[in-house]
Amino acid sequence: MVRFEKVKLTYDNSGTLALDGVDLKVDEGEFVFLVGPSGSGKTSLMKLITGEVRADSGKVIVNDFDMMRIRRRKLPKMRRTLGVVFQDYRLIENMNVYDNVAFAMRVVGASGRDIRRRVPYVLELVGLEGREKRLPSELSGGEQQRVAIARALVNSPRMIVADEPTGNLDPVRSLELMLLFEKINEMGTTVLVVTHEKELVNAFAKRVVKIEDGHVISDGGEGYFSYE
Amino acid sequence: MIREGFRSIKTHGLMSFATVTIIMACLIIMGSVALLALNIDRLIDDLEDQNEVVAFVDDGLADEEEAKAIGNEILKVNNVSSVEFVSRAQAMENYMSKYDKSLMEGIDETVFRHRFIIKLHNIEMLKETKLALEEVPGVAKVRAHQEYANTFVRIRNIVSGVSLVLMAILVFVSMFIMSNTIKLATFSRREEIAIMKMVGASNGFIRLPFVIEGLVLGILGGGLGFLAQWGLYNLVTGSLMDSLAEGFLSPVQFMDVAPMVLVIYLAIGVLIGVFGGVNAIRNYLKV
Ligand SMILES: Nc1ncnc2c1ncn2[C@@H]1O[C@H](COP(=O)(O)OP(=O)(O)OP(=O)(O)O)[C@@H](O)[C@H]1O
Ligand SMILES: [Mg+2]
Repeated sequence: MVRFEKVKLTYDNSGTLALDGVDLKVDEGEFVFLVGPSGSGKTSLMKLITGEVRADSGKVIVNDFDMMRIRRRKLPKMRRTLGVVFQDYRLIENMNVYDNVAFAMRVVGASGRDIRRRVPYVLELVGLEGREKRLPSELSGGEQQRVAIARALVNSPRMIVADEPTGNLDPVRSLELMLLFEKINEMGTTVLVVTHEKELVNAFAKRVVKIEDGHVISDGGEGYFSYE
Repeated sequence: MIREGFRSIKTHGLMSFATVTIIMACLIIMGSVALLALNIDRLIDDLEDQNEVVAFVDDGLADEEEAKAIGNEILKVNNVSSVEFVSRAQAMENYMSKYDKSLMEGIDETVFRHRFIIKLHNIEMLKETKLALEEVPGVAKVRAHQEYANTFVRIRNIVSGVSLVLMAILVFVSMFIMSNTIKLATFSRREEIAIMKMVGASNGFIRLPFVIEGLVLGILGGGLGFLAQWGLYNLVTGSLMDSLAEGFLSPVQFMDVAPMVLVIYLAIGVLIGVFGGVNAIRNYLKV
């Protein structure tokens, strides 16, 4: 879940006011598209959720963690409740599919037994059974993003946030991937997806939050959006 | 994760090599200076052993000319090679030049006795000669091992001081270089570190492979530095012994100090390695 109240964010180095009084409420189990033109502040909003940046003012609550007050030492604990997916997959190139996913469990101290049980299950869920031994370079873009989603899912997060996960994929792969997110959401995980692609958003009857110039300009218009 | 540390060393072969070399070089420079100081120390000890004997003239013989005359008697003693007379005035002056003058204010020269500085042919007979000297009429007391090889003490002090400063600087320099070397190595792994952070790995966990990498490189640098130091030391002392009259110099045997050198080298290596490793990833852990 996410609670944003009057959130302001300025980047010190450029002085850019990236977010200017954002209010946003995402409840447990929701599926939300976050859309908006380039530079509107979508990635900035994501970074506030993941704790990569801190807001100047306002209220930021993510999975019950107060992100305005959270101590750096507590960030790992908070991040374990979150699965993050990026446009560029961010896989470890010299690790095979299985290890890329298992790695995420290993670094949070999961037991070997849990890893051996959980990883194949998640890989099957994202449709990568039989690809375990491949390196990322031996996979298509869509498959690589599925590995990234498997990695995000493997520690059973409460929420998945994805910043333009289909940005590098063709429309068919994009649709397939979005169906996967929908499936994950139906299994109980909250999903927040940033995207540019109008057709994709319109293909689903989901809540759409529009953001422009650091403001939320509309919220709700299910399955429809346009910006001029 | 221990495997991670070793994996990183393998993939960054050149960097690891550079780091180990730098640690080695630092240790060898430090070690050479320290061993030089140790040898000077030893030399001082030797010189002290071989040093002059001082014979003090009986207080009753206050007259300088009278006292001086005893010198001829001393010269007749077996094993005495030379005699030098030092008056009480000279003795006080020598004494005061060595110590704080303000402490000496009001001290009369009569506190000091006339004395003879005596050089011996054969130090091995020092004991017998000392006894014989004490039998000479007019000699009150004989002191051996007394006059220190001041120059060497001063040189030793300078060398120790310089080596301490040098060591401190070198430790920091090598830590810095080590840190940068690992930093370069971590650069290629920053994606991996970012991923680890994103899935909620603790800082300690992320740091561990780098600490291990630093540890292994430090131990390697310390161990190899020790071996190189050993070879170098024996080479230098060996050629010194060849070129100089045998027996004149008796350098410290490396084997005598080897355990200490090894322990110190490993300790410094580990120190540099671990601190370098931790420092290198500090920036990556901030996010
Ligand atoms: N690290 C940064 N330092 C300084 N300014 C930044 C930084 N990241 C983003 N900005 C600025 O903040 C504003 C919002 O950027 P943001 O990345 O959130 O936009 P976005 O909606 O994700 O855009 P896009 O669709 O192109 O990804 C922009 O004006 C951008 O230039
Ligand atoms: Mg963006």
